[in-house]
Amino acid sequence: MSSNSEKPDADETPKVNVPSTAKKSELPMFEKSISDKIVEKFGDKVEVTFVKEDRVGIKSGKENIHDVAEFIRDALHYDHVESVSGVDYPQNKEIEVVYHIGSYSDSSLARQILVLSTSAQREENPIPGNDATRLPTLRDIFYSVEFHEREVFEMFGVYFEGHPDNRRLLLPEDWADLPPLRKDFAIKGR
Amino acid sequence: MTEQLPPGLALQKVDERIMTLNVGPQHPGSGHMRIIVQIDGDYIVACDPDPGYVHRGEEKMAEYRNYITNIPHLERPVIHDSCNVLYPYVLGVEELVGIEVPERAKYVRVIASELNRCIYTMYWLAIYGIFLGHSTMFMWPAGDRELLIDLMEKMSGARVTHAHFVPGGVRNDLPPNFEDVCLRQVNYFEKRIKEYSAVFYDNPILIARTKDTGILSREDAIRLGTTGSVLRASGVDYDLRKKEPYDVYEELDVHTNVMKEGDSYARSKIPWLDMLESCNIIRQALQKMPKSGSVRTKLKPNPKGKGLNSVYKRVESGRGSLGCYIVSDGKTEPYRLKLSVGSFRNLIALPYLLKGEKLGNMPSVYWSLNYWPVEADR
Repeated sequence: MSSNSEKPDADETPKVNVPSTAKKSELPMFEKSISDKIVEKFGDKVEVTFVKEDRVGIKSGKENIHDVAEFIRDALHYDHVESVSGVDYPQNKEIEVVYHIGSYSDSSLARQILVLSTSAQREENPIPGNDATRLPTLRDIFYSVEFHEREVFEMFGVYFEGHPDNRRLLLPEDWADLPPLRKDFAIKGR
Repeated sequence: MTEQLPPGLALQKVDERIMTLNVGPQHPGSGHMRIIVQIDGDYIVACDPDPGYVHRGEEKMAEYRNYITNIPHLERPVIHDSCNVLYPYVLGVEELVGIEVPERAKYVRVIASELNRCIYTMYWLAIYGIFLGHSTMFMWPAGDRELLIDLMEKMSGARVTHAHFVPGGVRNDLPPNFEDVCLRQVNYFEKRIKEYSAVFYDNPILIARTKDTGILSREDAIRLGTTGSVLRASGVDYDLRKKEPYDVYEELDVHTNVMKEGDSYARSKIPWLDMLESCNIIRQALQKMPKSGSVRTKLKPNPKGKGLNSVYKRVESGRGSLGCYIVSDGKTEPYRLKLSVGSFRNLIALPYLLKGEKLGNMPSVYWSLNYWPVEADR
């Protein structure tokens, strides 16, 4: 689902709320330069999913996600993660984990969000923490992912290897059902 | 041993001097959450926040409702700040379905958003006051808040949970004579909240309890990814209204309030300074707003996102950056909707701030994080 052919390129999507036309032509150049730097460093290991105004989408395999994140922090000066979202794709047998990464310390990146995504293998009968749905944690690179990754673990069953604290956060301690944000967990009556 | 036992039931060996104390979830000093603190005498040695007592599954519910029926329930996480909670969602849907917003609607949104920021902050200030034992600071904001609630009621028809923002604009136009009433109320409101500085912010008791407690350094504020008043109290100049202006914020003169101290006092003062700034923004918006015109571009029934697409929009809410990540697969419902909220992001700072503090300082540090449990749990 998340392959390049299915995600429309940013240039085709219509822009709304763009204040001036001058900005429209200028800004994607800057975003392009960010994605170019990452592609230059990692080549085929990463895939640029979209480049649009203020947003750059990078997809990486789980083997390289740690290195890519380290490069983003050290060479590109992104310094915190705003949000970590899981997205469940049952038909592709994968759970995508999306990091929205921003920067406070570099003022040229204040508008930018780098959307770094990776995929974990999806199990039909999940045993959270004890199955193949695993990803390396990014907590040693971006400290701010700590609670976000705990949330993704309980809501999707993606175990983050190397995370020091994989306990439940929002769900009750005795929750014994499927991770609730997976697509196969159905709301009653719907 | 910890591997086999379910999470939360694992046994720990605890030093005899250390006492574990559960603050909450029923304790009024913690909001709807539990803070597990370990204390040595009067000093906190470790703190483990345990949110989730008001988790409602907003994100799951959103996958079962279409883009319009999602509006009323998505503002539930913070009913006092309902316009700002909806704002990123509405901006995101506008980009997904490709719809333009009339100029007048953008100004109405800015006014509604700033009014809501003040309404939320007054509520928070009232709670902050009462937990520091300052009853006047509970009564005054709770009363003065009514001024702005009346304005929002005039504008949207509801006192809280307005459901006023829709993709394409706002639900209805301003009532006749609204501009004059708004200007008058906002001016009086500004005069009132300036008086708070004498009774609260210059109060020696407040200063003694909050100055130099729970200091968050600039580096830690960035590293922990905090946002909003917590970030700006630690000296980071970052406000999305200025840094990534949405709607018409670019045409307004927005001043960002920053303090360098990073202690509880700075964190409690920044939201108050923000309210004064909101009054300025509302006055500018009232002046620059087109006097007539459409306020809503009608959507087609059952709007659909275009193909497999995703959008991440963020706005500055009363508690900092509020992001909404929508994944659309071309159906009438979002495939996945994620709210990245300021409260949840600031929660990570709590264990750091409380370590080494006295137990008596816990309420002042905890509430200074501008934390709203219901929003953090979603």
